[in-house]
Amino acid sequence: MSDEYEHKLEAKSDYAGDASSVSTPDIDAVPDAELPDQELYHSHSWWTTYVFSQDAKYIGIQYALTAIGTGLLGLVLSWLMRIQLAWPGLGWLEPSSYYQFVTMHGMIMVVYLLTALFLGGFGNLLIPLMCGARDMAFPYVNMLSYWAFVVAVVVLLASFFVPGGPTGAGWTLYPPQAITAGTPGYNGGIILMLISLILFVAGFTMGGLNYIITVLQLRARGMTLMRLPLTIWGIFTATVLAMFAFPALLVGCLMMTLDSLLGTSFFMPAMVSLGETLTHEGGSPILFQHLFWFFGHPEVYIVALPAFGIVSDLLSVHSRKTIFGYRMMVWAIVGIGALSFFVWAHHMYVSGMNPWFGFFFATTTLIIAVPTAIKVYNWILTLWRGNIVLSLPMLFSLGFIVTFLNGGLTGLFLGNVTVDVPLSDTYFVVAHFHMVMGIAPILVVFGAIYHWYPLVTGRMMNETLGKIHFWITFIGSYAIYFPMHYQGFVGVPRRYYEIYDSPYIDVSTLLLNKFITIAVLIVGAAQLLFLYNLFASARLGKKAEKNPWKANSLEWQTPQMPPEHGNWGKEPPKVYRWPYDFSVPGAKEDYIPQNQPPSEIIGAKVEKT
Amino acid sequence: MSDSSLDNLPKGWKSVPNDLGSDQTAFKGVQWGKAMMWIFLLSDTFIFSCFLISYMKGRASTVVDWPNTSHVFSLDFMGVPVPLLLIAIMTFVLITSSGTMALAVKYGYEKNRKMCGRLILATAIGGLIFVGMQAFEWSKLIHEGVRPWSNPFGAGQFGSYFFMITGFHGTHVSIGVIFLFIFARKVYRGDFDTGKRGFFTTMKSDYVSIEILGLYWHFVDLVWVFIFAFFYLW
Repeated sequence: MSDEYEHKLEAKSDYAGDASSVSTPDIDAVPDAELPDQELYHSHSWWTTYVFSQDAKYIGIQYALTAIGTGLLGLVLSWLMRIQLAWPGLGWLEPSSYYQFVTMHGMIMVVYLLTALFLGGFGNLLIPLMCGARDMAFPYVNMLSYWAFVVAVVVLLASFFVPGGPTGAGWTLYPPQAITAGTPGYNGGIILMLISLILFVAGFTMGGLNYIITVLQLRARGMTLMRLPLTIWGIFTATVLAMFAFPALLVGCLMMTLDSLLGTSFFMPAMVSLGETLTHEGGSPILFQHLFWFFGHPEVYIVALPAFGIVSDLLSVHSRKTIFGYRMMVWAIVGIGALSFFVWAHHMYVSGMNPWFGFFFATTTLIIAVPTAIKVYNWILTLWRGNIVLSLPMLFSLGFIVTFLNGGLTGLFLGNVTVDVPLSDTYFVVAHFHMVMGIAPILVVFGAIYHWYPLVTGRMMNETLGKIHFWITFIGSYAIYFPMHYQGFVGVPRRYYEIYDSPYIDVSTLLLNKFITIAVLIVGAAQLLFLYNLFASARLGKKAEKNPWKANSLEWQTPQMPPEHGNWGKEPPKVYRWPYDFSVPGAKEDYIPQNQPPSEIIGAKVEKT
Repeated sequence: MSDSSLDNLPKGWKSVPNDLGSDQTAFKGVQWGKAMMWIFLLSDTFIFSCFLISYMKGRASTVVDWPNTSHVFSLDFMGVPVPLLLIAIMTFVLITSSGTMALAVKYGYEKNRKMCGRLILATAIGGLIFVGMQAFEWSKLIHEGVRPWSNPFGAGQFGSYFFMITGFHGTHVSIGVIFLFIFARKVYRGDFDTGKRGFFTTMKSDYVSIEILGLYWHFVDLVWVFIFAFFYLW
């Protein structure tokens, strides 16, 4: 801020706040409100309050519950797949069902669970509260966004009930096989999948515009961008990525829909299928791969960046310590986001594109490891000599750091063309992406739910159940995915419906498959424990005090907890500092909320933020 | 924020770090809806870029030659085939409608209801003429045997990309036309003067909405310039 500006503030000093406070009023001054207080939509009926709600908090919960519900289906599908893999002799699944379950599991988990939960769920719940706004900028559009998501989910699930069932093309939906006879759901399920994705993109765009504008234009007085919690930085950057990455998916889906319905040949080369020459000619299958991965790689960070942001806040609050290198963390998030648009073809090393192209993308991929490593170091340095409380959010955050590091390191293997080529399409890849964008973000989701549950329900979740849930999930995940790295190294290919005793498959693989499946069943069952905890605690949980974790960020500083419609009662908060002032020397408490005026903490050695 | 306090802020490049380092808003004095439209258009730019880049890739890798576009898109005028005739008129109409839209925004901010309404109507009619001529061009091509999956002039992808991309753009224009008519009605009714509340959103109307619609309209025109260059001139 320029000196001139500060002068102006001092000149207006008589304006600032409580005349009753002992200090000179100057130090509590914040800039004038630029806009009149936000006008709110007030609901008048049960339908507009709970169903077509326009309150971002309700929409966040709606998004979260819908996403978790859909995710449960993805979980059950993974059980069914693993049972087939462990005991191929049982004839448990038809080959076509196996591929359909693989596809639906992948798409549900990546798009309909993680994207919707992080951005739609946590974004709606936290952005207005953490920025100090009363609601999102466009509550009506926000409501439409959620219902478009619901329709997308319904269309997706409807594909289970059309003739031929859902598509079995794999979550990448590569043409020409996705829409050619021989692939399950090639003429019914795939269309519903594509339509569902188009609806999802449309719905997300409406939500995403809200998130971006709310962060940029609706912050509280005194809330500068560099005072925002990292959670908001993560969600905001991920939303920007989504706004620029989803268009490629939309275009790819639209073109494949036309290929399938109208018989165009965007992606379809001349082919012979079932002994007959198809009418398609001259299309480019690799074009779809480029479009898909131009969306698909940023999508990894759309899921990862909110997790990075949230975990930074959880680590800071639960170790009672300032986040290490806040500005570096912000720039790392933004830098990762920008770089994520230049690495997409590292998913296509074996697609037949020019190998020199691959080396370019290997280089950009390795560059992206730099800001990512900065973040991991900063998390560890945040913990360094902190007052670590092994609360549930902290446990899950620690689990995240280890898991993310693990998945990130295998990413270095796969990012290099020469190492990737032999490992491509093996279980090593499956292990890598499940560690880095499956387990790691999910651990953050759990940590975040345990952390913000009192904000939503006013009650705490059960600690004992939570700890059992954590240890089974954490150790169980490693039991599942560590052996897969080994399986990949010995060359077990992914997407095989049965792997049975043969000269090409080591007997250890067969035993490990059984071991992994048992672990999957146990870890999956542990999630039922979590669900019980989630729903039962809303009634039976211990009543939470206000600001139960003694956090600084604004969402815990509302007049009521849980916050009411409009969040802030009479007057929106004024912000004086960043949210990371923990254990400040000279302060009475070990935390200083963002909206505590400087006159109340005289003597505390706060950093100027 | 009142206009006078906006005047005190730094100007030019200095305003960038100042605004981004400030509290409350990153775009000073910019209405939420306007900022939203800009970001939406940025996202939409990515959609059209993906379409046009796919078109370039598709055109570069067909096995059959691409049709001769100056032949396919020519229009018989008094017995002589004139290349680009129809498209030149379409482009002229659409660009002109951008001009009337800009004037409508100006008169809107001057609270000149009559002129504003007339110009919005003129813009809407320009858009309608454009869509109508596009429908004419489509039916002419379809008569000549051009289909999304094949055509008598060369590579089948010509029809696929042509119908898809001009169709997607035409949908944008049509949505714009619908909103132009709705807004013309609102202007004539005086909604923006009285601050009447929106039927769906329950938020107050404001003349800035016309500028937001104008942004969308100019964007649609700009996209057309690129489609024109890539399809008709290449």
